[in-house]
Amino acid sequence: MTLETILFYALSFVSVGSALMMITRRSPVMSALYLILNFFALAGLYLTLHAQFIAVIQILVYAGAIMVLFLFVIMLLNLGDEKKLSEKMSYKKIIPAGLSFGLLMELLYIVSYAKSDLPLTHIERATEIGTVEYVGKALFTDFLFPFEVTSILLLAAIIGAVVLAKKKLD
Amino acid sequence: MVEIQSYLILSAITFIIGVVGVLARRNAIIVFMSIELMLNSVNLTLVAFSAYLGDTTGQMLVFFVMTVAAAEAAVGLAIVIALFRNKQTVNIDDINILKW
Repeated sequence: MTLETILFYALSFVSVGSALMMITRRSPVMSALYLILNFFALAGLYLTLHAQFIAVIQILVYAGAIMVLFLFVIMLLNLGDEKKLSEKMSYKKIIPAGLSFGLLMELLYIVSYAKSDLPLTHIERATEIGTVEYVGKALFTDFLFPFEVTSILLLAAIIGAVVLAKKKLD
Repeated sequence: MVEIQSYLILSAITFIIGVVGVLARRNAIIVFMSIELMLNSVNLTLVAFSAYLGDTTGQMLVFFVMTVAAAEAAVGLAIVIALFRNKQTVNIDDINILKW
């Protein structure tokens, strides 16, 4: 077993485990903390794929910005009354569980079926294309237009969030 | 040497966990977190293909997915705050004013 394989299995174990804990915790704060753990495991997986830039912004943007926003909203809403949110197991949950299991089987079937068509080896360029230099070059040449459109999207999101969260809509 | 199938299977499992979270949980904030989990599992697929094909396009797409996720989280959480202000609950079963 190489180091790469050990790292992959350890990180995927943490990732799946924290995701399961995330959807089963009753308290939203615990869910958010497990999701942050999941993001860190995912950043590690990106590093095993030589995507350094993506791994760094995964931690900066997801764990740093988005999850802080989530925790901030949980704090603002002050969901102290846990009884109001109590979710009991009911027969209704069997249907989504069955549907999701079916979808999982389909996805696994597709992945195993397409085995012969998938690229099987790392290409030497993988280490090179993950660097900030390479990503930045591609972002400001080939992907300049989507990059500029992103700024409009973020502006719209800022305005939308401010308008929605304002006290009175008038 | 980890094969790309391992990454794809891990991504599929994480995605399904997110789907279960969206369908089974009733707390709007946890539903949002499950959506983030699903976006992340798709990102893992994109990065895996990007690395195994030696093509940077997948990582560019991940960058834009992250931007959209940030925008979505900001607007979505603002909606949750507005809903909570009006209905004093984040239980999505109680929020049914658009239901005919």
